[in-house]
Amino acid sequence: MEILNLEGTEDTPKIILDKKNGIFEISGRSLPEDSAEFYRPVLEWIEQYGEQANPSTDFVFKLEYFNTASSKLILDVLSALEDIKGMKILWYFHEDDEDMEEAGQEFSELVEIPFEFKTY
Amino acid sequence: MNFIYDLHRTMMSQNLILVYQGDFTQESTKSILSMAERNLDSSGEDSSIKRKVFNVMVEALQNIVKHSDELVDGQTRSHAAIFLIGKESNRYSIMSGNPVRKSNVERLKKNLEHINGLDKDGLKELYKEIIKNTTISEKGGAGLGFVDMARKSGGKLQFEFPEMNADYCFFCLKVNVPRDTE
Repeated sequence: MEILNLEGTEDTPKIILDKKNGIFEISGRSLPEDSAEFYRPVLEWIEQYGEQANPSTDFVFKLEYFNTASSKLILDVLSALEDIKGMKILWYFHEDDEDMEEAGQEFSELVEIPFEFKTY
Repeated sequence: MNFIYDLHRTMMSQNLILVYQGDFTQESTKSILSMAERNLDSSGEDSSIKRKVFNVMVEALQNIVKHSDELVDGQTRSHAAIFLIGKESNRYSIMSGNPVRKSNVERLKKNLEHINGLDKDGLKELYKEIIKNTTISEKGGAGLGFVDMARKSGGKLQFEFPEMNADYCFFCLKVNVPRDTE
């Protein structure tokens, strides 16, 4: 499967989705002008991955900031991951960032995927 | 040219650290954010307060980009809106002003009043309710901006709608972020 690799910018996150090496990560800042358009390739990649997923997947979210339009798309990403067997979310937040911790907890209440919370 | 001095004095007396007036786009949003960030960094502001201010700023700016109505007054068409940040010893204030058609005012007011009537848990429930059921609008919004601003602020959203002319009001919004960390 092809690797999805997007460099982070000041308003979009860095994204690496690499089945072969088992790297699945969204990190940085997410406040794109058009969040639906930005996350479309991510959702498409996950849909394909679901058909031939690794036995287990640790999907990393290491976000510094996301806006509300991105939060809806992050929920869409999580919903797409929900149907994949062996899925686990690693939700990173900066150790003094309660809002990011709470955001992760809220997402974990909205989807049926195990979440592991980690600080950085 | 006394108006320059007057404007300067107004900014000083209102404790404004940043004022931007003009067209609002994603590009200007990014510039304003990076200017404000530099300002917060150089003043050594606490990182959790910095994040909250940044958060409210993004939602306020993107609200203008997505929802500000074009003002049509005779031959003149304008997208002009204003964005301000105030800094006092105990709080930051993120303020915005943009034209809205009078037909949109009632809906906006209702929405803001509803949000102001909720406590912390009520806001959390509303946020989850909206995010579960919303789809991204044609304008690219999720309908979560005001709820998020209220949550990050921990206070009420202050708003007024002074009349501009027969068809438009100027939507003034003020959101405070306290600087005292508990």
